[in-house]
Amino acid sequence: MSIWEYANPKRFMQTSGHVLPWVSGLAVLSLATGLVWGFFFTPEDYKQGSTVKIIYLHVPAAMLAINIWAMMLVTSLVWLIRRHHVSALAAKAAAPIGLTMTLIALFTGAIWGQPMWGTWWAWDPRLTAFLILFLFYLGYLALWEAIDNPDTAADLTAVLCLVGSVFAVLSRYAVNFWNQGLHQGATLSLDKEENIADVFYIPLLISIAGFVLGFVALLLLRTRTEIRARRLKALQARERMA
Amino acid sequence: MVELGKYAGVVLAAYGVSLLLLAGLVGLTLWQGARTRRALDAQERRMAQDG
Amino acid sequence: MIALLIRDLRLAMRAGGGFGLGLAFFLIVTVLVPFGVGPEGTLLARVAPGVLWLGALLACLLSLDRIFALDHEDGSLDLLATAPVPLEGVVAVKACAHWLTTGLPLTLAAPALGLLLNLPGPGYGWLTLSLAAGTPALSVIGAFGAALTVGLKRGGLLLSLLVLPLYVPTLIFGAEVARRGAEGLATATPFLLLAGISAGTLALLPFAAAAAIRINLR
Repeated sequence: MSIWEYANPKRFMQTSGHVLPWVSGLAVLSLATGLVWGFFFTPEDYKQGSTVKIIYLHVPAAMLAINIWAMMLVTSLVWLIRRHHVSALAAKAAAPIGLTMTLIALFTGAIWGQPMWGTWWAWDPRLTAFLILFLFYLGYLALWEAIDNPDTAADLTAVLCLVGSVFAVLSRYAVNFWNQGLHQGATLSLDKEENIADVFYIPLLISIAGFVLGFVALLLLRTRTEIRARRLKALQARERMA
Repeated sequence: MVELGKYAGVVLAAYGVSLLLLAGLVGLTLWQGARTRRALDAQERRMAQDG
Repeated sequence: MIALLIRDLRLAMRAGGGFGLGLAFFLIVTVLVPFGVGPEGTLLARVAPGVLWLGALLACLLSLDRIFALDHEDGSLDLLATAPVPLEGVVAVKACAHWLTTGLPLTLAAPALGLLLNLPGPGYGWLTLSLAAGTPALSVIGAFGAALTVGLKRGGLLLSLLVLPLYVPTLIFGAEVARRGAEGLATATPFLLLAGISAGTLALLPFAAAAAIRINLR
């Protein structure tokens, strides 16, 4: 039993069909727990007041926005090397989720920044890097849409994803160089000093778990849709031939 | 209702926008899923009838 | 490969497209800037390095789709792909031709346009140097973008959407060199990073672009 067995679309459909209700249920549960706990039952920060509650949306969304791109990079590599269609379709299915997460991170950040930094937008390295990530997602999705042949589209977007990843990292350091940061350091790190207090920490962890599970559920759902769409296209082609 | 102080509007706006975006994504995903499934079912039924 | 380079250069000259058009575009953008931000000399001097870099970048973008599109239309790209020369080399040569017909003229024209924008004295050398070091990267990245979109009917707009985010690091370091040069600050670090980006893209991206062309020609 290896992970490659799920590269078979039929196998993937079966297993994901079984898993999907559980993942979705857990996602809704933990997302609701994390957000309700964070929204109603956490104290205010002595400096930021109640705006600290935005963290339960901002941090998980930002984490996912980056990690979804990393996941797309991995699935693109798998597609390029081992030619598993499910892998390419998973990358395609993940991109809109990543785009939404980037938008959430940007919006919540802007809304938080208004009272705290006194501005909706600052050309801070982290903010700028996210804006650039947003553009990368847009370009990636646009390339998928533009190409008719699904295999060509999968190949080209995979190449774009690889090259884009390199440039995304490069841009991250370039903007660091270009402007000093306003953004605070890591919210979650192994370094205790930098970390946030426990009262905020636990609901945040639950919220992150909720976001991740929600991503997995949406990803499975979207990948299933993509597989069905591909099968539909194949059947239609066969019908035309007959 | 929880006391949000002077930043109530900001916090509510952040939650509102985020939940709206999430709901939009989930809605779109479900809608696309249902539409594709319907189309595929119809296609498979038609091809089964034709033999 | 040299024959290919000469052929591409001759085609670019004859069609009259890339060569003059990019320069004219650069000139117009530069002339339009004072209308947008006002004729104040000190303000123009401050934004001049960035504006000139941005203008050069956009002018470069303008002619990117010509790198492969014409060859794809008349079928000579298929011939080049099956030629004994490796496709990576073809990509590198074509990017080089693009640079010679756009990047180099832009670099040479930039100081003259700097005069229009009241660029401070020490800025001229650094602006020219940074453009000379940075525009090859713009051409190679552009060649990669053009390779991705070569099979598409209306790839031009998509090409800009794909390529512009990739231009970010080059623009940041290039404009930083010119800005620091104009203000008389130390320019070594951004200049080395800019040259590093150029060298890195020049070495690696032809492979990615050649892979994209192979996929598109399949």
